[in-house]
Amino acid sequence: MPATLSAAMPCAPDAAPAPVPALAAPRCPELVCLAGSLPALRAAVDHGADSVYLGLRHATHARNVAGLHFDDAAIATGIRYAHDRGVHVFVALDTYPQASHPQPWRQAVDQAVGMGADAILLADPGLMQYAARTHPQLRLHLSAQGSGTHADAINLYRQQFGITRAVLPRALSLEQVRQVIERTPVEIEVFGFGSLCVMVEGRCVVPSYATGGSPPMHGVCPPAQALRWQQTPRGWGARLNGVLTDRLAGGGSAGDPALCQGRFAVGDESGCCAIEQPKCLNTLSLLPQLMRAGVRAITIEGLQRSPAYVAEVTRVWREALDHCAAQPQTDVPRAGWMRRLEQAAAGQRHPLGACHRPGT
Amino acid sequence: MHHDDLADTVPPPAPPRLALGPLLYHWPRQQVRRFYAAMEVLPLDVVYLGETVCSRRQELRLNDWLAIAQRLKGAGKQVVLSTQVLIASTDEATALHRIVENGEFLVEAGDMGAVHLLAGRMPFVAGMHLNLYNPAALAWMAGLGATRWVMPLELPAAALAALQAARPPGLQTEVFAYGRMPLAYSAQCLTARHRNLSKDDCRFSCLQHPDGMTLRTREREGLLVLNGLQMQSARVFNLVGEIDALRALGVDVLRLSPQAEHMEEIVRLFDAVRRHAMAPAEALRQTLPWMPDLPCNGYWHGQPGRDQRGAAARSS
Repeated sequence: MPATLSAAMPCAPDAAPAPVPALAAPRCPELVCLAGSLPALRAAVDHGADSVYLGLRHATHARNVAGLHFDDAAIATGIRYAHDRGVHVFVALDTYPQASHPQPWRQAVDQAVGMGADAILLADPGLMQYAARTHPQLRLHLSAQGSGTHADAINLYRQQFGITRAVLPRALSLEQVRQVIERTPVEIEVFGFGSLCVMVEGRCVVPSYATGGSPPMHGVCPPAQALRWQQTPRGWGARLNGVLTDRLAGGGSAGDPALCQGRFAVGDESGCCAIEQPKCLNTLSLLPQLMRAGVRAITIEGLQRSPAYVAEVTRVWREALDHCAAQPQTDVPRAGWMRRLEQAAAGQRHPLGACHRPGT
Repeated sequence: MHHDDLADTVPPPAPPRLALGPLLYHWPRQQVRRFYAAMEVLPLDVVYLGETVCSRRQELRLNDWLAIAQRLKGAGKQVVLSTQVLIASTDEATALHRIVENGEFLVEAGDMGAVHLLAGRMPFVAGMHLNLYNPAALAWMAGLGATRWVMPLELPAAALAALQAARPPGLQTEVFAYGRMPLAYSAQCLTARHRNLSKDDCRFSCLQHPDGMTLRTREREGLLVLNGLQMQSARVFNLVGEIDALRALGVDVLRLSPQAEHMEEIVRLFDAVRRHAMAPAEALRQTLPWMPDLPCNGYWHGQPGRDQRGAAARSS
């Protein structure tokens, strides 16, 4: 079966893309932290990140949340701060340009390059084509929003645009991550820690069904302005653009305002969290296996978190990565790391995401 | 809007063709066969076949689908084999290769992996989940050999107008025009999870829900539908009232998504409107009793998808 796959679909590009400069080979997977603000970027850089992602302050980023991301001055400061300390900066531009005016996205690519970004993270093939043609030396990373869930898909972006790295959607199991890595020369990055969505990135428009704004088109999930809390005789109700997503009768803790984490009724039941409970992904215990599989980078997603959170989570993962690199046969993570991550995440659960299958 | 409004348009745009989208639900094989046998005699021009949601669904194997494809082809339909939207395992990738290499029927690429296998080798249909949101992406896809593309659900008429204005020559445009909308795909089986079962031990829970499981708010509003790995809208996207606008924009194909009951009535109403045998507003009114939930058309008007603009907000 693998022979069939590789015979039918060679990994090598048909037309060799322009060579792009390689980053220094990491001694272990690169630790990549998402930074939602300049203080968070500094925290990640100071506590052991190899690279940081940042987004511009508009709809070019798939998580366009008010108060997050960087204006021009902050980008310049952030890039200088990271580069002075040997840390790479990746700029995320992973929403889809609008049909009638794609220009802001192209300008954002040019701006990121002009400011010294080490790579840009994209999902839209049209924008990727623009970036590859206009900036042939630029490293391109495929965003998880591009839904590259298997090697055939990832190799298309390599063949067409010369991408050097793909961030895998969180939907994949460890075995599936291994299978991708065996079948592509593209560097593979996986999510290690942070908020977990059960829906596959780049395949979800549920938010726009309720509110009109979605991750692919507007970088929102859900748009904060669409959320209203209302007091009713039956308790506090959360409404997303008028849709009742949650109701708290007593002192219970509210779910995330995301639609998928609301409480709904299916069949005869009522009030169950029918889709997904708020969760935090944590694959720390799989780190040795991820390293053996050949994962090139691990992402820490703390976009809407405080600098203190980013600092602590980055520090723990730095220690864990260094430990596993030095002692590759060690499978058991230190209990202390898990405890510190749990404290940082304020009591949220830490499932393994799709890396773990219930009942297996 | 009445069809006479377009009478002096020169040249008159050709009536759009009607396509039956791939079956998104899991039905027993006899039901599937009966369903497609009934479709043979309906005024459908194109039929998409195959399992696009979950590889664990094996009521029909590829050979069974090919047998149905032959019958539909014999009945004069253009048959297209659709590939799975979320491909994660090597087994699923192998199944994808088999569909691409079927040697006879056009293929609809459900993901970029399918595009990679088809590009430069044969013409193909670019599926609705490929996120072709702008002219640059569309031109790229046409350059790879796509001869038809299916517009993403979210795009409003204004965006389609911009895309049609820049449409590469020879590329047909298809719009999802009827059915519960596939809004998202999950790593977990949403239907099995509701029974506290894992995806790998799902016991084919979705077989019991021929139109999916409706998820309601605590105010009993139908909001979403769980369909295996797929999340759908509870409301039914229905553009039968917009066919004149679709035609004016040069849309070539309208996609109607299968439902368990009354598909025949839906097809006939769309056909009547495209032939100008019935006014769109009247057809919309007549589709309502045959729909599993309320209608919506918000995306088409640049509004939240669940909204319904214009007439036909049915009281439930």
